[in-house]
Amino acid sequence: MAIVAQHSKFSKIAMPVLAWVVALIFFFPIFYMLLTSFKTDADAVKPEFLFSFTPTLENYTNMTDNYDYWRFASNSVITSVSATIFALVVGVPCAYAMAFDPSRGTKDILMWMLSTKMLPAAAVLYPMIFLTKSIGLFDTHFLVIMVLSLINLPIVIWMLFTYFKDIPKDIIEAGKMDGLNTWGEIKEILIPLAWGGIASTALLTFIFCWNEAYWTVRLTTIDAATLSKLIEGNRAPEGLFFGRLSAVSTAAVGPIVVLGWFCQKQLVQGLTFGAVK
Amino acid sequence: MGRIVLENVSKSFGDTQVIPPLSLTIEDGEFAVFVGPSGCGKSTLLRLIAGLEEVSGGSIVIDGTEVADVPPAKRGLAMVFQSYALYPHMTVRKNIAFPLRMAKMTQSDIDARVNQAASVLNLNDYLERKPGQLSGGQRQRVAIGRAIVREPSAFLFDEPLSNLDAALRVGMRMEILELHNKLETTMIYVTHDQVEAMTMANKIVVLRAGVIEQVGSPLELYRSPRNKFVASFIGSPKMNIFEGDEAKKHNAHSIGIRPEHIDVVKSNGEWQGTVGVAEHLGSDTFFHIHNTGLSEILTVRAIGDVNLRNGDTIHLNPRADDFHRFDEKGLRIT
Ligand SMILES: Nc1ncnc2c1ncn2[C@@H]1O[C@H](COP(=O)(O)OP(=O)(O)O)[C@@H](O)[C@H]1O
Ligand SMILES: [Mg+2]
Repeated sequence: MAIVAQHSKFSKIAMPVLAWVVALIFFFPIFYMLLTSFKTDADAVKPEFLFSFTPTLENYTNMTDNYDYWRFASNSVITSVSATIFALVVGVPCAYAMAFDPSRGTKDILMWMLSTKMLPAAAVLYPMIFLTKSIGLFDTHFLVIMVLSLINLPIVIWMLFTYFKDIPKDIIEAGKMDGLNTWGEIKEILIPLAWGGIASTALLTFIFCWNEAYWTVRLTTIDAATLSKLIEGNRAPEGLFFGRLSAVSTAAVGPIVVLGWFCQKQLVQGLTFGAVK
Repeated sequence: MGRIVLENVSKSFGDTQVIPPLSLTIEDGEFAVFVGPSGCGKSTLLRLIAGLEEVSGGSIVIDGTEVADVPPAKRGLAMVFQSYALYPHMTVRKNIAFPLRMAKMTQSDIDARVNQAASVLNLNDYLERKPGQLSGGQRQRVAIGRAIVREPSAFLFDEPLSNLDAALRVGMRMEILELHNKLETTMIYVTHDQVEAMTMANKIVVLRAGVIEQVGSPLELYRSPRNKFVASFIGSPKMNIFEGDEAKKHNAHSIGIRPEHIDVVKSNGEWQGTVGVAEHLGSDTFFHIHNTGLSEILTVRAIGDVNLRNGDTIHLNPRADDFHRFDEKGLRIT
């Protein structure tokens, strides 16, 4: 008995402490970035100004004055939102079919979808650039939206599939008996019952799209350039423009951090594929 | 109207044939029960009729219409599932109204029908609740309510009572029967429980491995089972079936006699043995009897509380007219 009590006392104190330590380690770079974004480029590299410095908004005004931050931001919003919607519009019926009308190949198809994520993106980089340039899609919203939704589609389908599988098949069949067609089953039963799962999936997809850099940086120049491109454009030899870079990065990740903060529960559920309820 | 005719209906899943070609007619207004051990294809057969599975061969005709290309909702059938399959996100009222809403009825008609069904099934106080807030029995009523509002030409029940406790089960059984008497609609009821089949059916269809073993009224099956399988499946406790010398005396490969057709006598019985387990139910007593010289342990029903104990010697007289005789293939000899 005593051992059990001690053990639980230990975990009552030690676990939260450990959690806080880990959280602080993960949070520090973001905090440091936020701090640096309020320093001048000169102050940013001096250790004595680590915590005490004269805050300035210069980096932020510079960003909106000289770089047209809002264009990058609106491109990010347009492409991430559209890519998320498109991935769901394709993914929901697809996962629905696999969850409720599986065939012998369903398991294999799911594995194959996941395996597409294993292809190194660099392997198709140059074909993609040449191809899109030659058919005039390079640096268009359409291209970015398609690329973002397609690279996320396997994950979207997997997540939705696991959520849909939890819905008893009987309920869908009762719907069939009551007069629903396939679209009706999705609209009247599937979506209301899997709403939490669909929301988690949407949120996570949106975040993945927003954070995507490999393709958005390489397949855009100006017109469809997202915040990832803006950060990349402020890259400079070490030590130069740290303040500016931090401001740009803060402005890029800011919206997603805030969104994540408010949707913590959905996110955890999404990332654990619904295992935590 | 609800006359359902199956003609050479078969069903395979991939390479496994679950139901070999089978023909069966269910008359309008009948209460038909599909009974058989679990996995014998009862649900599959019901789902073929419902249209939830496609037939692999043969035809299903409902009220004169071949329904192969008719989707489930257009077959005029209503189904009650073992799991109830209520819509968890809708209130009881919305659940019951759902098929009517799908049929695009006017709101006033829907309300009238829902209220009527609710009062028939004693659900008036629960209409605004969600299924999650109801007991098993109440959920079952909602499922039945959702079925009756459609005024179907036949009801299909798939083991609707197996998730209820024993006392509730008996009550719901009576409610379903009363519903059948009132509506006079065809009902097809699937169960693995032969007591349920015997108490509810006009027509029992005994299935084994997708094959119909016998079709008949409860008493027909009880009195003249077509083979050993039906003989031992119908009736509780099970019919005693044995082979050997006793069977040869009756010119049969094996013979059967029900526990209730063997009389306990004071002395000079045709058979005698020692009492093993005695189950005292008050109204009846069931004795398991060893050392009779027969090929199996014998079960005997005595009326009332007979005072015999483990190890006592018992004398028995089987009623000569109540023997069932079977040949080597297990088929009844008449
Ligand atoms: N969708 C399916 N795919 C493959 N086999 C199935 C399917 N549905 C049922 N079966 C098989 O068909 C047989 C009969 O099943 P079922 O009709 O559910 O039996 P019962 O209702 O009598 O218990 C079982 O052996 C079962 O494994
Ligand atoms: Mg079944």
